[in-house]
Amino acid sequence: MSGDHHAHGHDHDHGHDHHHDHGHDHSELSETALRVRALETILVEKGLIDPAALDVIVDLYETKIGPRNGARIVARAWSDPAFHARLMRDATAAIAEFGYSGRQGEHMVAVENTARRHNMVVCTLCSCYPWPVLGLPPVWYKSAAYRSRAVIDPRGVLADFGVKLPAETEIRVWDSTAETRYLVIPARPEGTEGWSEERLADLVTRDSMIGTGLARDPSEAAA
Amino acid sequence: MNGAQDLGGMMGFGTVLPERNEPAFHGEWEKRALAVTLAAGALGQWNIDMSRFARESLHPAFYLSHSYYEIWIAALEKLLAARGLVGADEIEAGRPLRAAPPTKSPLTAEAVEPAMLRGTPYDRPAPAPALYAVGETVRTRVMHPQTHTRLPRYARGKIGVVEAVRGCFVFPDSHALGKGEDPHWCYTLRFEGRELWGPEADPTLSVSIDAWEPYLERL
Repeated sequence: MSGDHHAHGHDHDHGHDHHHDHGHDHSELSETALRVRALETILVEKGLIDPAALDVIVDLYETKIGPRNGARIVARAWSDPAFHARLMRDATAAIAEFGYSGRQGEHMVAVENTARRHNMVVCTLCSCYPWPVLGLPPVWYKSAAYRSRAVIDPRGVLADFGVKLPAETEIRVWDSTAETRYLVIPARPEGTEGWSEERLADLVTRDSMIGTGLARDPSEAAA
Repeated sequence: MNGAQDLGGMMGFGTVLPERNEPAFHGEWEKRALAVTLAAGALGQWNIDMSRFARESLHPAFYLSHSYYEIWIAALEKLLAARGLVGADEIEAGRPLRAAPPTKSPLTAEAVEPAMLRGTPYDRPAPAPALYAVGETVRTRVMHPQTHTRLPRYARGKIGVVEAVRGCFVFPDSHALGKGEDPHWCYTLRFEGRELWGPEADPTLSVSIDAWEPYLERL
């Protein structure tokens, strides 16, 4: 079965030859693609949007704003106690020290994973996600499967990601129901003493900053 | 509203399926869908809460059977039609059939990055002191508004502890209806898993929501 978010609509046959160029296996998408194109054309022709601005938006979120930003924050927090303290006190300001700010990250809060407590972030009502530090949310984060289960069965969700935590570890789920956006600071892996921030950042995965994963083991990173 | 967007605690959607090395976009149309949505939003004809309301008031069968960008586009079409900017007939025709009413001038390429880095902060000066303090136990209201709210069903009528006072924020329930920003204090409330899901719940689980003061009542 394909992804849950795409597990529907396969029974719609629009009767057209909708084979398109993105490797998707169903016609629903090309229907939408045509609609989006029509909408864009109309908005441009009416002078409501500037196509050059669209290209800049895409480039920004495709190449500049992504989880590498968050990884740098985490690596700094692991390395620099003063920065760590600032991050835990006022994450918006500490993150802005790196020049990361703005849309969907106006009000940031950092929460820290330890051996005792594991934090995990969800938005059950839509897809709220800290864009300036993690980029756009992955499809699974927006899926009904994740949004429905994260708050009632987080250990089950973690198992879907191959993560098993000790039975006594506290699980804390943060449902992003307001404009606060949460960044999880994963636990620093053992055996990384003296590592540079750059090396440390390579251990910080996107999922570890959502709380559906852990930071990579240094032995994996060496490979 | 009790729409399909309010998914917390629902069952039957199966396992979560992470995609290895997932790209930022799955196909060209998703890029355009994101960019068109953001650029149209910059016209200032609606706010973020109106966008969310437009998405969650899509028919539940539609909402649950389409990808997130498809939901965005369907909601955008609704918003554009409601403001008289683009009609359904024009989308069908694939071309403009009439001029749009005046709006703010469109977002330019040069303005994109500054606008995204600036964002839209939603904190506001407090009209009154906060009613609740950190550590206080409160109950969320039982309410079922037909309009936009950010109090999920699974957390209504539940007892929780104020873990943080986040500040005074634009109130979505009013903002979505065009009734102004109506700022209220917003709190992080922590619930025990058993309070939300009953005695069978994982004893190590706690869940928090961010809740505006009108969602809360004293015990």
